[in-house]
Amino acid sequence: MKKKFGEFGGQYVPESLMMPLQELEAAFIDAMADPAFVKEYEYYLEEYAGRETPLYYAKHLTEKTGGAKIYLKREDLNHTGAHKINNVLGQVLLARRMGKKHVIAETGAGQHGVATATAAALFGMTCTVYMGEEDVHRQELNVFRMQLLGAEVVPVVSGSKTLKDATNEAIREWVKRAEDTFYVIGSVVGPHPYPTMVRDFQRVIGDETRRQILEKEGRLPDRIYACVGGGSNSMGMFYPFLDDTQVELVGVEAGGLGIASGKHAVVLHPEAKGTLGVFQGMKTILLTDKNGNIIPAHSISAGLDYPGVGPEHAHLNHIKRARYEVVTDQEALEGFEILTRTEGIIPALESSHAIACALKEAAAMPKDSIIVINVSGRGDKDTHTIMEYYKQGKSGLESLNK
Amino acid sequence: MNPLERRLRDLRAQGKKGFIGYLTAGDPSIAETLGLMEALDRGGCDVIEVGIPFSDPLADGPVIQAAGQRAIEKDLGVEEIFQVVRRFKEKSGTPLAFLVYTNTIVVYGKDEFMRACKEIGVDALIVPDLPYEEQGEIKAEADAAGIALIPFASPTSGDRLTYTLKEGEGFVYCVSSMGVTGRDSEFHKDLDKYIAAVKENTDLPVAVGFGISTREDVVRMAGIADAVIVGTAIVRKIEESKGNPFVVEAFVRELSSALES
Repeated sequence: MKKKFGEFGGQYVPESLMMPLQELEAAFIDAMADPAFVKEYEYYLEEYAGRETPLYYAKHLTEKTGGAKIYLKREDLNHTGAHKINNVLGQVLLARRMGKKHVIAETGAGQHGVATATAAALFGMTCTVYMGEEDVHRQELNVFRMQLLGAEVVPVVSGSKTLKDATNEAIREWVKRAEDTFYVIGSVVGPHPYPTMVRDFQRVIGDETRRQILEKEGRLPDRIYACVGGGSNSMGMFYPFLDDTQVELVGVEAGGLGIASGKHAVVLHPEAKGTLGVFQGMKTILLTDKNGNIIPAHSISAGLDYPGVGPEHAHLNHIKRARYEVVTDQEALEGFEILTRTEGIIPALESSHAIACALKEAAAMPKDSIIVINVSGRGDKDTHTIMEYYKQGKSGLESLNK
Repeated sequence: MNPLERRLRDLRAQGKKGFIGYLTAGDPSIAETLGLMEALDRGGCDVIEVGIPFSDPLADGPVIQAAGQRAIEKDLGVEEIFQVVRRFKEKSGTPLAFLVYTNTIVVYGKDEFMRACKEIGVDALIVPDLPYEEQGEIKAEADAAGIALIPFASPTSGDRLTYTLKEGEGFVYCVSSMGVTGRDSEFHKDLDKYIAAVKENTDLPVAVGFGISTREDVVRMAGIADAVIVGTAIVRKIEESKGNPFVVEAFVRELSSALES
């Protein structure tokens, strides 16, 4: 199996993790070649997660925008409220197949943690979720959800006490306990084989979209939009379209308070000055200072608040197969409002970035062109943040984006 | 031969064991690092390992993480560490290694980093997130400057030992347990057996580290390896004594002198 995408990816981990990673890769290859495993995975996607998700023609949004026909891929309708469950079901089934009894995960806002705790409950495994102490306070409800599902939530007090530190801690724990523990990574990041494995468990998004649009329109879309933090929903959406070069792929990074403010999560856009480096087991584009330390990212949406990007995105950007754009907090909130009011769909703040970027560009596209936006998750988890924003206005935005 | 490897090989030829002491640069402050390096030197270190703090140190336990964090919060720069090392080498011939994460080297510039190491007198790099398979990342640059990349071995390395140690230089860094620096578990149950397997696969000096904090530990590891590495225990002593070089020197001597008995 290829360990890198161009020059990005690899296995930059302590020696103690090399054997566990090699075992994981072998188990993953073996499982994906076993029709019984694939069938069981598909069974749980359908019967448990609720797939396939609709590709919905957003008629009102299209009319309001006045340009391209807009389709929404409704990943928000999955069980647990986002695309995260696709990957988690795959990895937890793999963990069970490898005979592991315990799963660990990192989480930022808590969505991946909740999805992992859900799958652990379903398959009778014990589950520990690492979460930055800052996030534990900010996301009290998700902490409680994980605990209800039987997971133990460990607050991480090192570094910036957020997602990147939770990930470090989960990796450290995995080094100690790799013999009986499976580490469920939530995005297309980390050492090989994770970026490939997570993409393969998320590609169902793009596979369905491709089939659905051909059924509905008899042709492929002109553009596809998806948000990029680590980049799992976008990678899952993009991957089945990589060879369809007539389809333009647009990844949307979180601009926070604007690139110039320094408070953002943009690594690929040229203005952000992302640097090539090595972080959490992978070589990719990162936000670093001159001494090589990672600069914490900022975004109103916790799911995009990551100072790096999955290595395959770094590669797609490098070879110019995908284009990466930036949407600020403010613009994302506008996208959020428009979709909510015109279609009655409350999107996650992460997905709102993709929506905002698509609406900006769609207006200038001809009426017979077609775009797809991946609505990666639902916005229920964000209502508290949005409420604060409405109460405080723009100053609220800055205080939320600490 | 690399001076650091020479030192450990000479000790082995004399039937002696090596003592490798670690400290994190910039903790409690960069102004105190030179004095603390000299304390380690006087305390009986045959080799000193200087940690360059990194914001996301995957291989480190809480004690060394916190030391690095304290240094980073004071905006410690790589250049300042180079200056301190240069001054240390003006007075001491003790071989030095940097403990440094890959990102620090890549962002600094691989060639520039290696040339700086050579120029200030650092002989080797211990890069905990650069396993054998990824050493190509910096190997050519390190070789060109004559800087050794220290190979790692772990209790789960297994068959990997037959190929991961072949091109190594300096010594083999054997971790005593699964996990991170410091100790929150026992030494690995198969430690003796695995160190023996390492020795079968290389002629390099073999050093054991992670969680070695007492004279007893030092004696135990010296029984199976050519050198012992003490890091977390020294960093903790530096923290507890607020960087008092006399306390640190006495602590290092207490441990290193266990090798003489």
